[in-house]
Amino acid sequence: MTQKPPSLFDWNIVGPAIVDAFKKLDPRLMVKNPVMFVTQVGAALTTIAIWAPSGERGFIAQLAVWLWFTVIFANFAEAVAEGRGKAQANTLRKARKDTIARRLRKNVEEQVPAPELQKGDLVVCEAGDIIPADGDVVEGIASVDESAITGESAPVIRESGGDRCAVTGGTRVLSDRIVIRITMEKGQGFLDRMISLVEGAQRQKTPNEIALTILLAALTFIFLLVCVTLKPFGIYSNAVFSVPVLVALLVCLIPTTIGGLLSAIGIAGMDRVLQRNVMAMSGRAVEAAGDVDVLLLDKTGTITLGNRMATAFLPAPNVKTERLADAAQLASLADETPEGRSIVVLAKEKHNLRGREVAEPHAKFVPFSAQTRMSGVDFGDGNGSVKRQIRKGAADAIVQWVAEQGGQSDKAILKGVDEISRTGGTPLVVAEGREVLGLVHLKDIVKGGIKERFAHLRKMGIRTVMITGDNPLTAAAIAAEAGVDDFMAQATPEQKLKRIRDEQSAGHLVAMTGDGTNDAPALAQADVGVAMNTGTQAAREAGNMVDLDSNPTKLLDIVEIGKQMLITRGALTTFSIANDVAKYFAIIPAMLMATFPAIAPLNIMHLHSPTSAILSAVIFNALIIVALIPLALRGVKYTPIGALRTLQRNLLIYGLGGVIVPFIGIKVIDMIITGMHLV
Amino acid sequence: MQTSGWIQLAVYVVVLVAITKPMGLYLMRVLDANGKTWFDPILKPLEQLSYRLMGVDAGKEQDWKQYTFAMLLFSAVSLLFTYAILRLQNILPLNPQGLGAVSRDLAFNTAASFTSNTNWQSYSGETTMSYFSQMVALVIHNFVSAAVGIAIAAALVRGIARNSAKTIGNFWVDLVRITYYLLLPICVVFAVFLVSQGMIDNFKPYTHAKLVEPYKISVAKTDDKGQPVLDKDGKPVMEEQTVDEQLIVQGPMASQVAMKMLGTNGGGYVNANASHPFENPTPLSNFFQMLSIFSIGSGLTWYLGRMVNNQKHGWTVWATMLILFLAGTLLCWHSEAAGNPIHQKLGVAAADGNMEGKEVRFGIFNSALFATITTDASCGAVNSMHDSFTGLGGFVPLFNIQLGEVIFGGVGAGLYGMLVFVVLAVFIAGLMVGRTPEYLGKKIESYEVKMAMLALLILAIDILAFSAWAVVSKWGLAGLNNSGPHGLSEMLYAYSSGTGNNGSAFAGLNANTPWYNTTLGIAMLIGRFLMIVPILAMAGALARKKVAPAGAGTFPVSGGTFVILLIGTVLLIGALNFLPALTLGPIVEHFLTLQGKLF
Repeated sequence: MTQKPPSLFDWNIVGPAIVDAFKKLDPRLMVKNPVMFVTQVGAALTTIAIWAPSGERGFIAQLAVWLWFTVIFANFAEAVAEGRGKAQANTLRKARKDTIARRLRKNVEEQVPAPELQKGDLVVCEAGDIIPADGDVVEGIASVDESAITGESAPVIRESGGDRCAVTGGTRVLSDRIVIRITMEKGQGFLDRMISLVEGAQRQKTPNEIALTILLAALTFIFLLVCVTLKPFGIYSNAVFSVPVLVALLVCLIPTTIGGLLSAIGIAGMDRVLQRNVMAMSGRAVEAAGDVDVLLLDKTGTITLGNRMATAFLPAPNVKTERLADAAQLASLADETPEGRSIVVLAKEKHNLRGREVAEPHAKFVPFSAQTRMSGVDFGDGNGSVKRQIRKGAADAIVQWVAEQGGQSDKAILKGVDEISRTGGTPLVVAEGREVLGLVHLKDIVKGGIKERFAHLRKMGIRTVMITGDNPLTAAAIAAEAGVDDFMAQATPEQKLKRIRDEQSAGHLVAMTGDGTNDAPALAQADVGVAMNTGTQAAREAGNMVDLDSNPTKLLDIVEIGKQMLITRGALTTFSIANDVAKYFAIIPAMLMATFPAIAPLNIMHLHSPTSAILSAVIFNALIIVALIPLALRGVKYTPIGALRTLQRNLLIYGLGGVIVPFIGIKVIDMIITGMHLV
Repeated sequence: MQTSGWIQLAVYVVVLVAITKPMGLYLMRVLDANGKTWFDPILKPLEQLSYRLMGVDAGKEQDWKQYTFAMLLFSAVSLLFTYAILRLQNILPLNPQGLGAVSRDLAFNTAASFTSNTNWQSYSGETTMSYFSQMVALVIHNFVSAAVGIAIAAALVRGIARNSAKTIGNFWVDLVRITYYLLLPICVVFAVFLVSQGMIDNFKPYTHAKLVEPYKISVAKTDDKGQPVLDKDGKPVMEEQTVDEQLIVQGPMASQVAMKMLGTNGGGYVNANASHPFENPTPLSNFFQMLSIFSIGSGLTWYLGRMVNNQKHGWTVWATMLILFLAGTLLCWHSEAAGNPIHQKLGVAAADGNMEGKEVRFGIFNSALFATITTDASCGAVNSMHDSFTGLGGFVPLFNIQLGEVIFGGVGAGLYGMLVFVVLAVFIAGLMVGRTPEYLGKKIESYEVKMAMLALLILAIDILAFSAWAVVSKWGLAGLNNSGPHGLSEMLYAYSSGTGNNGSAFAGLNANTPWYNTTLGIAMLIGRFLMIVPILAMAGALARKKVAPAGAGTFPVSGGTFVILLIGTVLLIGALNFLPALTLGPIVEHFLTLQGKLF
C-alpha cells in the first residue's frame, strides 16, 4: 500500500470518477441521499419544462443543465473519494495471488489452492512461500516480509507461542520454515476485509452520519413545503411562479452542499486512516476515536523504550567510581540482556572503559538465574582456584552473598537502594568478594517527545492512563516523568477490564492500545481498541482497529482524523445553511419583481435581471460543491486549541463565511453570465 | 423614539432581571415533588386531597410515555368539559345577560383554543360568554393549560439533567403543584393589585349609561332574520340611528386578567382586551401585565441552569432571549414611531408616529413593547390593534410567533421550544469542535435530532399548509376585510397565532365562520399537542443517557459564542422557512406603503 496519499486530482482516479458520477444517477442509488434525490427530481422536472410552451426556453434549459450539474458534481465527489480507496484495493489485490498452499494432513504434505483451506488446517511455509491465509504459527520461527500489507520493507519475526505468532495471508516468508494453523474462514481473511473496506463495499453510515442525514432530510422536507405552499400564496398575490423557478428556489434552499459531500467526507476519512497504515474495521470506530477522552496506554514500548537502562554508578564510601564501573562492566560483559548491555555502554561512555575481550584467560561467567537473582564473573588464577569474584544483582541477593563471603554491607548502600527504589528506578548492587563496591541505577527511559504528545492530548481534552506491571512506586515515578495524567500499577487483565468499565460508566469514551492475548478482553471492551499488527490474532480480533506499523502513539493520528471527519461535516452543514441567506436575497426579489416592482430595494446585490439572479444562484450552488471537494476529501484542519476557540474559529470561517461568500459569488457569476449574454 | 421610551425599556429589563432568580428559586421548590414552600400549611392538605381524589400515587414517577399519555388524557377531558359548558351555557347559572348557547364550531374552536393555551377568540367575550362560562369553562384553562406547559418544560429539563434515568416526573403531581403553589398564590396577589389600579371584579349585570352627547350613526338596515336589506343595486340599505346610551361591561375581570397574563393565555375578558380601560386601567397595570407575561418564562431559564448545575447556561439562554426580544422591540417601536408616510404626506399624521389602532393612553412605545412581548411569549393579549401596525411594525409580532415563540415564550412552551433550538444548535455546531455533539454531557444522536426536527416540521406544516389553503379557498377569502398583501398577512397571522398558541390576531379577518373556527381549532391542537409529543419523547431519550463529564474538548453551552450561535440557529433554521410567505405579506406591504399604497 502506498504511504503517500494520492494527489487530490490524480487523472487515474478522476477519469473513472467522471464515468461513475453519471452511473450514480440511477434513482435507486440516489434515493439513499434525500437531498440529492430531491435535486435530481427537480432537475428532471425542469428538463421537461423546457418543452412546455413558454417564452424563456433558453433560460429554463440553462437552469436544467446547472441543476443536473449539481447532482453530477455531488456524485463526482463521492466517486473520487471511492476511487482513492479503489486504487489502494488494487494494490492489495495483487498481494492476494492465487497461492498454492502446502497443507499438512497426518504429517503428509499435499498441494491445495489457498481458497480451499478450512479453518483449523495446518500448512507449511518455507522461505520464499507466500502465506496462504491468516493463521497462528504453531511450530518454528521465521522472518516474514509484510510489506504487502504494511508497506514496511523491514522483515518481522514470527514464532510459535507468545505474542508474535500471528501471520497474515498474502505476506511472504523470507527465511526458515514454519507451520501455521489457519484461523480464518475462506473469504474473511484480513486482506479480504481490508479490500472490501477500502472499496467502500461494506461501508455503512456511521451513527453521526445517520443523525446528520435525518437533519438534512427534514430540512429538505421543510423547504419542499415552503416552495409548494409558495404557489398558492403566489396565486393569491397574482404572482405567477413557474415550476422551474420554484425548483430553482428549492434546490438553492435545501442543503445541497453538505448533502452532496456528506458521503465523500466519510469515505475520505476512512481513506486517511488507511494512509496512516491503520486498518479500521468500521467508520463507526473512526468516528468514536474522535470522541475518545480517556486513553489507556501500555507503558512498555509506548511510553518507555521498553527496557531499563543503566543511568548512573553510585559507589560505596571509599570506593572510586572508576573501580565500580570497571567491576560492573566486567560482570556484564557476557550479559546479553538489554540491562547488561546498557551497563557496558554506560561504563564506556562515562569512564571511557572499553569493552574488554570476553575471553580473558580463566574467566568464567556466571549467568543470571531466577534462583540466585544475580550474575557475574569469576576469574581463576589458572590453577583451578578462584582469584577474583564479581557479582551484580538484586540488593538482598548480593547482601546475602557478601555475608556468605564473610563481608558486610555498608548502611549507605542500603540507603542508596531505598532511594533508587523510591524514584522508580531499579538498583543493582555490585560486589567483589567480601566488598560491596556500590550501586548501578537502572531506570526506564521515557521516549523522547512523548511528554509533548501527552500535553498535546491534554489540549485535545484526552486524559492518558499508563498501564504497567511495575510496582506503584516505579509506576508513579515514570508517570510523573512522562507526564501522563494517571497510571495503573501491577495491572492484571481483569483490572484493565474493570478500569475500562469504570471509566465508561462514568461517561467516558475509552481508547486502548494493546498487543498481547491478555489485552484482548480490554481491547474488546474499549470503545476504540487499537491492536498492534505484531500482536496476537486474539488481540487483532478483539480490537476494532489494527495498526499495521505497530506504533502505539498512532492513536493520536486516528483521534485527529475522527475529529476532522466530524468537524468537516459540521463546517459544511453550517456553511450550507448559512448560504441560504444570500440565496434568498437573490431569488425572492427576482421572483416577485414582475408583480411588485416596489420591492426592488430587496435586490441588495443589484443583480442584473430576475433570470440572471436565479441562474446565478443555481450556478453558485452547483459550483460550490466542486469547490469544496478538496476540503471534503482532506478534511478541515484540527488544532487542539480548546473547544471554545475551535468553535469560534469555525463559526467565523464557515458560519460568517457561509453568509458572506455566496453574496460575492452570486454577484460575480451574475456579472459573468450577463457579460456573456447568457440571459 | 422618545427618551421616555428608552427609560421605560431599561426599567422593564432591570425589573425582569431582578425577578428571574427569585422566580427560578421558587420554581425549584414547586417543581420538586418534595419541595417545601411557604404555602405548605394551607395548601399541603389540599394537594394531598387532590391526589387521593384522582387516585394518583404521588411518590411514583412516570416514564415519558406515561407522562405524555396522562397529559393528553387530561387535556382531552378538559377540552370536552369546556365544550360541554359552552354548548349548555343557556341553561347554566350566572348568566344575567341571558346569552344563548355557543354554536358548535365556535364552541369547538374556543375549547381547543383555551385547552391549548392559545386563547384565540373568534367571539367578543362580553356578548357571547356568560359569567359562568368565563369563570369555569375558560378561567380553569387559564390555570391548567399554563400548568401543563410548565410541566412539559420541567419534564424536559429533568430529562436533560438526569443521568441514566427512566422517568421524567409525574404529570399529575406537576399539574397539581404548579397550579396550587405557583399560579394560585401569584394570581391572588396580582388580582388584588389590579383591583387596586381600578380593575373591576363583580357579578353585576352590564350597566346602561346615558350618553352626555348622543350622536347619530348610519348602519345597514337588517330584516327579521338579521340579514342586511339590499337595494336594487345590491348595496345595503343604510338607515340613521341615534346613539344615546352606552352598555358598560361588568363581571369578574381582575381574577381572570391576572391569570391571563401570568399564564400567557391572553384571552381577553372583553374583546378590546388589554386596551380596554377596565382591563388595563393605568400605566402601572400595563407595566405589571407586561412583566407578568415574561415572569415565569424568565424564571424557567434560571430553573434550567440550576437543574443542570450550570447556571451560566441558564443565563446564556436567557441572554439569547433578551437580545431577540430587544431587537424585535426596537424594530417594532422604530417602525411605529416612523409612522405612515402617506399620512405624513397628507399632513394628518400624529406627531409621534402611527397612532392608528393604538390607545392614546399607551402611545407608540407601550403599544410596540406590548405587541413584541405578547408575541415573544405566546400570550396574545393586546393593548393595541396589530392589524393597524405599519408593514414592518406588524412584521415583528408575526415573525416572533413564527420563530416558535421561544423568546421567553409561553409559560413552559417558550423554554421547551428554545431547547429544541438549543439541541439543533448543539448538534450542528457541536460537530465543529470535533466530537459527537454533546449537550451538557449528553450525546445528541439521531433520535434527538429526529424529534427536534419533527417539532419544527409540525410548526412549519401547520402554519404554511393551513395558510396556503386559506389564501386560495373561498372559505378563507370570505373572511377577508382587506385585500392585497395585508390580507395575506391577516390569514398568515391567524394560522401562525393558532399554531403558535398565541391567540392574538390581525383583527381585520373575520374568523368566526365554521371553516375558520374548525381549521383554526385543528391548527391550535396540532400546534400544541403534536408538538409536545416529540418534545417529551426527546426528554425521555435524554433522561436515559449517561452524562459524560465535562473536559477540555467539551462543547461550551454558555457564554457569548453560544448566544450568537443560538440566535443564528433560531433565525436560520426557525425563520427561513417563513421568509417567502412573509415577503409576500408584510415585507411587500412595507415597500408598497413607501410608494404610497395602502390596503
